[in-house]
Amino acid sequence: MWGRIMFNLFKNDKENKIENITCKKCGAETPSDALRENLMICPECGAYMRMGAKDRLNMVIDKGSFKELDKNIKSVDPLSFPGYAEKLDAAKKNSGLIEGVVCGEAKIDGIKCAVFAMDSGFMMGSMGSAVGEKITRLFESATKSKLPVIGFITSGGARMQEGIYSLMQMAKVSGAVRRHADAGNLYTAVLTDPTTGGITASFAMQGDIIIAEPNALIGFAGARVIEQTTGEKLPEGFQRAEFLLEHGFIDLIEDRRRLKYTLSNILKLHTKGW
Amino acid sequence: MNTKSEGAYQKVVTARGGHRPMGGYYINRMIDNFIEFHGDRRFGDDAAIIGGIGFLRNKPVTVIGMERGDTMEERMRRNFGCPTPEGYRKALRLMKEAEKFKRPIICFIGSSGAYCGIDAEKRGQGEAIAENLYEMMGLKTPIISVIVGEGGSGGALALGVCDTAVMLENSVYSVISPEGCASILWKDSSKAPEAAEALHLTAQDLYRFKVIDKIIEEGSKSNEEICSDLKSFIIEEIENKSKLPTDDLLKLRYKKFRKIGVCG
Ligand SMILES: [Zn+2]
Repeated sequence: MWGRIMFNLFKNDKENKIENITCKKCGAETPSDALRENLMICPECGAYMRMGAKDRLNMVIDKGSFKELDKNIKSVDPLSFPGYAEKLDAAKKNSGLIEGVVCGEAKIDGIKCAVFAMDSGFMMGSMGSAVGEKITRLFESATKSKLPVIGFITSGGARMQEGIYSLMQMAKVSGAVRRHADAGNLYTAVLTDPTTGGITASFAMQGDIIIAEPNALIGFAGARVIEQTTGEKLPEGFQRAEFLLEHGFIDLIEDRRRLKYTLSNILKLHTKGW
Repeated sequence: MNTKSEGAYQKVVTARGGHRPMGGYYINRMIDNFIEFHGDRRFGDDAAIIGGIGFLRNKPVTVIGMERGDTMEERMRRNFGCPTPEGYRKALRLMKEAEKFKRPIICFIGSSGAYCGIDAEKRGQGEAIAENLYEMMGLKTPIISVIVGEGGSGGALALGVCDTAVMLENSVYSVISPEGCASILWKDSSKAPEAAEALHLTAQDLYRFKVIDKIIEEGSKSNEEICSDLKSFIIEEIENKSKLPTDDLLKLRYKKFRKIGVCG
């Protein structure tokens, strides 16, 4: 079992203790600090491991440029759903975050933009009211200040513990994305492993530009569910980034080490006009 | 507690009922001179979604309805009412045509969810739904969505971005099926009744949460009577929404969804 490490800038070094992380693909063990240095890419086999929201942002934005927004918005348990309160507590401990998405403004190579990063360590990055609200607010404020939005997406889908409220976040965020787009602003979605369910069926697929990380799982229905309901054998590489690229649903697949360069290039190409 | 569980789940069972009318019934009964239009002009035609134009009383409307069919043969042809990406794309194509001619749109929703299969994924099931949410948020014509049966998650929401959301008394609308929820949470899909209760998926719950605007009572009414009440309400709503300047209509639509959610 591959424990997710907490690389949280807001934690002190004592909490950020080094442990060995086992690669799920090749089994190689790498100390967490070295792995982190290598952008969570296994030095032995090149497999991409999941990154926390803060690490993700630090990887691409200019040092010291991040201004977090709406950091105190958090989930409540509107339906008194069995076990949800405990799951939220565990998610906070596991991720070091108070909610499954981090939002703010930052600069990439000096260009100002609005950014959000979801965190798979927080209830699999699922979207409840708080995640929906934070992303909606980010698009709204970016619309007001005419900023491009870059979203790092990872999510198991809507958070079922919030019932219909979570489903409706898909429509809510879509509305905010639409308004941001209608005002002529750029939205780039970066899909990372995994991006599934209601997130794929909303803002993950609404970017002007959609980038994916190599081998990221991206889909709507769960692979296991498809297998069970249809009895069909899933093809090799099903619902992986390369599969989506082949079928025309994403613009490009980018190496994690080149992501900052590519995002910066995209931003520049959308700022310098004739 | 137990009887209450059965309450929510009983609604799910009723909403899914084999003889419960779906989109096709309401379109036939409510719309005059209906012409069905086929295909998404991209890949194919999805029989799980019926779409076309006709008169509501004496004014033109575009109608889109999910339909699973009655006979086994028809159900196979209609994928048991589970739309494929082609269905959502056909619906969007017809909605855009409605926008061009300033015709209001009525959507009838009743499906266990978007079709789940390899081909549907290959052809972008997620993208098709996402596109509908995005486009419907900006469609410059009134949209009335009615949940007539089971409103199954994103596959239902793909026709559910609207100005007025209506549910029939015994319909349900949920982020996940109670069976799916129970098997994820408790590894036991037979606990669906408990999950149904926990999910708060009845029309009454959603009205209380202000997620929907109206419940059409079913009581002991016949299908014809329910359809007639629904028709009167839809006409009234379209008349109200048609009076609004387009900018106001879109602002209100945005606000309607914008305010949904509870957080700390
Ligand atoms: Zn490895």
